[in-house]
Amino acid sequence: MTQLQTAPAGTGGLDPRPRRHLQIARLRDLALIPALILVCALGAIISPVFLSPQNLINILQQQSEISLVVLGQAIVMIAGRMDLSLESTVGLAPGLAAWLILPSGLAHGLGAELPGWLAVPITLLAGLIVGLLNGLLIVRFRLNGFIVTLGMLITLRGLLNGISGGQTFFGLPESMTYLGSTRWLGAPAEIWVSLILFASGIFVLGYTRVGRSLYAIGGNAAAAKAGGIRVDRTVWVALIVASLLAAVAGIMLAGRLGSVAAVSGNGWIFTVFAAAVIGGISLNGGRGTIFGAFTGILLLFTVQNVLTLAGVSASWINFLNGAIILGALVISRLASGKDQND
Amino acid sequence: MMQTQKPGDRIFPDQTGERYTLRAQNVTKRYGATVALNDAHLEVKKGESHALVGRNGAGKSTLVSILTGLASPDQGIVEFSGQIAPPLTDREEWRRKVACVYQKSTIIPTLSVAENLYLNRQQRSGPTISWRRMRREAQELLDSWSLPVKAADLADTLTVEQRQMVEIARALSFGADFIILDEPTAQLDGKGIDRLFTRMRALQEGDISTLFISHHLAEIFEICDTVTVFRDARHILTAPVASMNHDELVSAMTGEQGKVDLRGGASTIREGAPVLTVDKLSLDGLYDGVSFDVAPGEVLGVTGSGSSGRIALAESIAGLRKPSSGTVQVAGQAVKPGSVPDALRAGIGFVPRDRHHEGLVEGLSLAENITMTVPSRISRHGIISNKRRDAFAQRMIDELSIRASGPEQVVGSLSGGNQQKVVMGRAIADRPKALVLMHPTAGVDVRSKATLLESINSVRSDGAAVLIVSDELDDLRPCDRLIVMVHGRIVKEFNRDWADADVVAATEGITEQ
Repeated sequence: MTQLQTAPAGTGGLDPRPRRHLQIARLRDLALIPALILVCALGAIISPVFLSPQNLINILQQQSEISLVVLGQAIVMIAGRMDLSLESTVGLAPGLAAWLILPSGLAHGLGAELPGWLAVPITLLAGLIVGLLNGLLIVRFRLNGFIVTLGMLITLRGLLNGISGGQTFFGLPESMTYLGSTRWLGAPAEIWVSLILFASGIFVLGYTRVGRSLYAIGGNAAAAKAGGIRVDRTVWVALIVASLLAAVAGIMLAGRLGSVAAVSGNGWIFTVFAAAVIGGISLNGGRGTIFGAFTGILLLFTVQNVLTLAGVSASWINFLNGAIILGALVISRLASGKDQND
Repeated sequence: MMQTQKPGDRIFPDQTGERYTLRAQNVTKRYGATVALNDAHLEVKKGESHALVGRNGAGKSTLVSILTGLASPDQGIVEFSGQIAPPLTDREEWRRKVACVYQKSTIIPTLSVAENLYLNRQQRSGPTISWRRMRREAQELLDSWSLPVKAADLADTLTVEQRQMVEIARALSFGADFIILDEPTAQLDGKGIDRLFTRMRALQEGDISTLFISHHLAEIFEICDTVTVFRDARHILTAPVASMNHDELVSAMTGEQGKVDLRGGASTIREGAPVLTVDKLSLDGLYDGVSFDVAPGEVLGVTGSGSSGRIALAESIAGLRKPSSGTVQVAGQAVKPGSVPDALRAGIGFVPRDRHHEGLVEGLSLAENITMTVPSRISRHGIISNKRRDAFAQRMIDELSIRASGPEQVVGSLSGGNQQKVVMGRAIADRPKALVLMHPTAGVDVRSKATLLESINSVRSDGAAVLIVSDELDDLRPCDRLIVMVHGRIVKEFNRDWADADVVAATEGITEQ
């Protein structure tokens, strides 16, 4: 007589399994909200100024420029790449415009004295060209993206230093300072630009085919290709969009400060990566959301603001920034349970 | 009778294209100096289940990429139902002609099942993706295949079998009436294969033609009507499966007459204390209280289904996993658990389950890979001698008849069978006292299987204990004894003259009382 023992489940076979971690994956998007609330509560306790509308607007404004770079980086990272050169584009793109427009002499211009209205087009064109170049080297010539964009970072920074002689461009044309100095509906225009671009990013990456194809490429490029996605072209476009966003960030920064310094954008890239990773974007591509990236950069700047209000000496700010970012990375690793290396 | 044909001969010279779902004629493809396909042809009739077999490097994979529009032939014509194949850039049209489940998964683990199903053709209203409609239609598609998978789940959470079924469902959802399955059974266990075959039969009844690629000839006899053999980039023969037997098929594949013996010669068990002793070894949730001895020169097989815990057991013996209790002894000496270096020092050599993942560093040379576990043999005073290393590697190349240009060839550029030989070479490089082999012939053709078994023979005749862990009956042929595990426990032991049917029954949890 034969008798059936407990039916072996095979490799799990086609049996339905509990699907708990799906919900968790969805919630990851909102993972930083409790942290933000906590930091805000601490801020409110530390200083009554924290919750004042002016202070909150300050936080949003201070992060508006770098947030665009985070947006660009997030797009590139979701497609499984990285672009280190974004921070130097922030300086170079408006720097180039200033150089071509400003008179020579005190303002350090070239003396070409192009009309002022060309400032924004030139800045955007510079961003476009940087993105095209990155794409050419990475996508077309198949060079390693890390080293290419690192090289580009140094090259562009050096170029800005070269054209400016290490000095700061002053007396920018009005078209350039507009975005950084105007208020729309009672709030700085920069904040609106940042919010609108993030909203567009959320829409494009969440609800359009081209946006979803970024996730597919970052998740498994060969499968994306077999699925009919034009992998190379899409990655190239992502690199260009990121550089353009960095150029816009550069315009806003130049406008707010009324000048373009040779060191403009210096040291941003670590904060940018940290914000993206804390916000749930995988360094290996395919995972994370634009909304998550936004909460990432917002959290970092809120913490900085609270520290300043708490009267922490400016000489300690850098140390604390680094420590906070490392701490946040550890916490997000523990909270998500995901290996950040994959 | 077997009809042997000269390469290039038409099987059905005067038929028109319409009777064929697929006709590929005079297809030649070169990659640099290598001719991957040489004037090959293949015809698949409507509603037919057609097997394509050949050894590693026979040109099967190249043909698959040509037939699915991922590569273009240098010469030759591909027709689907009498119509010339679409241009390479028109992926949509290709996918309406031919569905394919590739060897490598094309599921994107970071996306939901629904999105994987409708990748790059997501349901939209205007330019906006309609997630709700996409999930609903995906769920309908999954339900129509009776797949117990939720459309909203991340593809990451699916089992290998579920992923494969999702791939099949997706591939056919473009409306093709022809599907290519490239080694679909390689990663499935017995039950999964049965379920796959049930699906394939249902497809055939629905008039969908199948091109089935597999190294397991038994599967071809089970599921296919017609078989085509490729060898050395050429078409060798096409014949009804019913007209061929196993040996004829093997000799067509290898180009040699006669049987390939997978039994591996007479037993070499010696008297004496056991070489490998496993005592009450347990790992929570995977296996429980497993004990056995392996005598010098003995080959012990361990088999069982995917959930039997056999792989976890083997990995524990090799030091890849740490058991929660119990001991492993080699020649009476206890081996420190959970440490590969200690296992190696104790004289345990092993072939891991997945050669890509754990077996090889693909970017390094054959010599570097093969000597990875034996630095002491190729170095003097801690400095590695390239000459010694290459000499050592050359010896293994000869011993295992690895087809390579030399010790310096990069492992990633070897064919699958030869890669597996390199892994085997590494396992036996240090003359192990105990050799643990997990799925030693996975993805390896018949001829290479025989070579691998020969190397097992030489190890055991030196008095080593050999443990073969596999669910593949052919792998287990050389075993003197065979133990069957179900749910982490040993349920049955067979002696050398077991009947396959009994082993399968025990594996599936059906035992005689």
